[in-house]
Amino acid sequence: MSPARHGTDHGDGEAVVVEGLAKHYGDKKAVDGLDLTVHRGEVFAVLGPNGAGKTTTIEILEGYRERDAGSVRVLGLDPQTADRAWRSRIGIVLQNATDQAELTVGELVRHVGGYYPDSRDPDEVIDAVGLREKVRTRTRQLSGGQRRRLDVALGIVGRPELLFLDEPTTGFDPEARRAFWDLIRGLRDDGTTILLTTHYLDEAENLADRCAVVRDGRVVALDAPAHLGGRTARQAVVRWIEEGTLRQEPTDAPTAVVTALAARFSGAEVPGLQVLRPTLEDVYLSLIGETPAVLGADPDVVPADLLPARSEAHR
Amino acid sequence: MSTTLPLGPAAGPATPALPSVLTLGLARARIEVLQFFRERDAVVWIFAYPIIMLAIFATVFGQGNARVGATGSFAGIPFGQYFLPGMVATGVMLSSFQNLAITIAVERDDSTLKRLRGTPLPASAYFLGKIGSVLLTSLVQTALLLLVAATVFGIEMPSTAQRWITFAWVFALGTAAGAVCGVAFSSVPRTGRSASAVVTPVVLVLQFISGVFFGFTQLPGWMQDVSSVFPLKWMAQGMRSVFLPDQFQAQEVSGSWQHGATALVIGAYLVVGLVLGARTFRWRRRDDG
Repeated sequence: MSPARHGTDHGDGEAVVVEGLAKHYGDKKAVDGLDLTVHRGEVFAVLGPNGAGKTTTIEILEGYRERDAGSVRVLGLDPQTADRAWRSRIGIVLQNATDQAELTVGELVRHVGGYYPDSRDPDEVIDAVGLREKVRTRTRQLSGGQRRRLDVALGIVGRPELLFLDEPTTGFDPEARRAFWDLIRGLRDDGTTILLTTHYLDEAENLADRCAVVRDGRVVALDAPAHLGGRTARQAVVRWIEEGTLRQEPTDAPTAVVTALAARFSGAEVPGLQVLRPTLEDVYLSLIGETPAVLGADPDVVPADLLPARSEAHR
Repeated sequence: MSTTLPLGPAAGPATPALPSVLTLGLARARIEVLQFFRERDAVVWIFAYPIIMLAIFATVFGQGNARVGATGSFAGIPFGQYFLPGMVATGVMLSSFQNLAITIAVERDDSTLKRLRGTPLPASAYFLGKIGSVLLTSLVQTALLLLVAATVFGIEMPSTAQRWITFAWVFALGTAAGAVCGVAFSSVPRTGRSASAVVTPVVLVLQFISGVFFGFTQLPGWMQDVSSVFPLKWMAQGMRSVFLPDQFQAQEVSGSWQHGATALVIGAYLVVGLVLGARTFRWRRRDDG
């Protein structure tokens, strides 16, 4: 199916625009001056450690919580005062729902579809999330992963323009995650804008067109996963051991550095030579203030004999 | 999970009209009734409790065909008949007040309400569904109780239209008041798990002080005064005026059935419960932001 990005044709701007968002609970600032923009038709991931304000932010965008300050526009409207028509244009996939346990998968998807003016065919939705053989099963009998897939089905049955997914693949086995990613890509290709929060960096790397890293209620970086953190954060690092200590050199041209090293060692083997490229995880860890394994502790003070074990641990 | 099937594009700008509140209310009522009857323990409890109670009281007190209220030429009535009005009133309270106070607290806990809040379902349709399911379950339950009373215990049913009209309005008003008070009370339990523990004692105490199990006039004066503030006493009195012969009017505290006061008190609970329920209703738990 060719990508039909209906969303971009609406002419009413971005899917989500957040400026200076703030929310506190008592003395605790959960969200503290957060800005972000989600374009129509993209998959946007919000990354961050627990307690960074991801869920609070997404729940403000969904209209569940009221903000203390800042401006929020979701599909052109303020979620705090938005009406039924607005709710029919968004889809929400809940975390940890155990509701309506006595209904079957088929009954629930069909029933919730009935709330919307232009819902998807419940059978197609059930097939798409892979619950065909569970259609007559009561939801209380589903496994954790099946329950999450049902939640996804309930989130998309209303044919939303914008889909919110809060940590959607927590508890999935690797195969189910791959299949889930395919489903999300399919929805994106059909024109659905997707905003997801996740703990999993490979999920952001695989799915997201852009991602925001949130720390202490603020966005500390926002870019495509491949560019996150800027050029310096993504520089390669050449490492070697000289005179018993670890040396390293960040560089955009590792080949040139290695060539120069080889010349300096007169063609002999350069001890402990490594070219390291920061993974998204390394970039992410440095952004949220944790020390990434690759660019870790000051190399000059690390005894050389500890090095191999250390880099193995990283692999 | 397979994604071979096309799901069709996301919504375009010109979306069709939203489904009407009535359509959604009916859909909710259907799904509520479906869920109610699948919760087998709750069904058994709510349906069987008044019948079991009637059976116990009628059997224990009715030994040797004992009768109540015999005076002069009036032969009195069997104990089963004497207890029936209280059981009808209790049944209505169980299937309206207790049922809603517990299920809504549980639904607040297990994300049912959160999910509904995130959809275009209007709150009014949610409540219409609750009212529809409570009405249906109350009707089925009362019908069962009356059927058992008439067939198993041989209790005589009212024979005048006048009495059935009284039954209809006391039943309808009581169910409605019980339902709105149940909605309001559902915000009291902190969690869904504690809901039964919080709601059941309230219901039990009300049953004892409202003259459901004993003749109301046998209760101490202060207890009569306290229970007169609550609707169950009036429900039971209204049902007595339906199922007991007029000779029993003399046994009421005021010496009459007090239909006016009954309508007034239960009506007041309907209004107060409605206002309170609408103002205190929460889609989320108190400790959830």
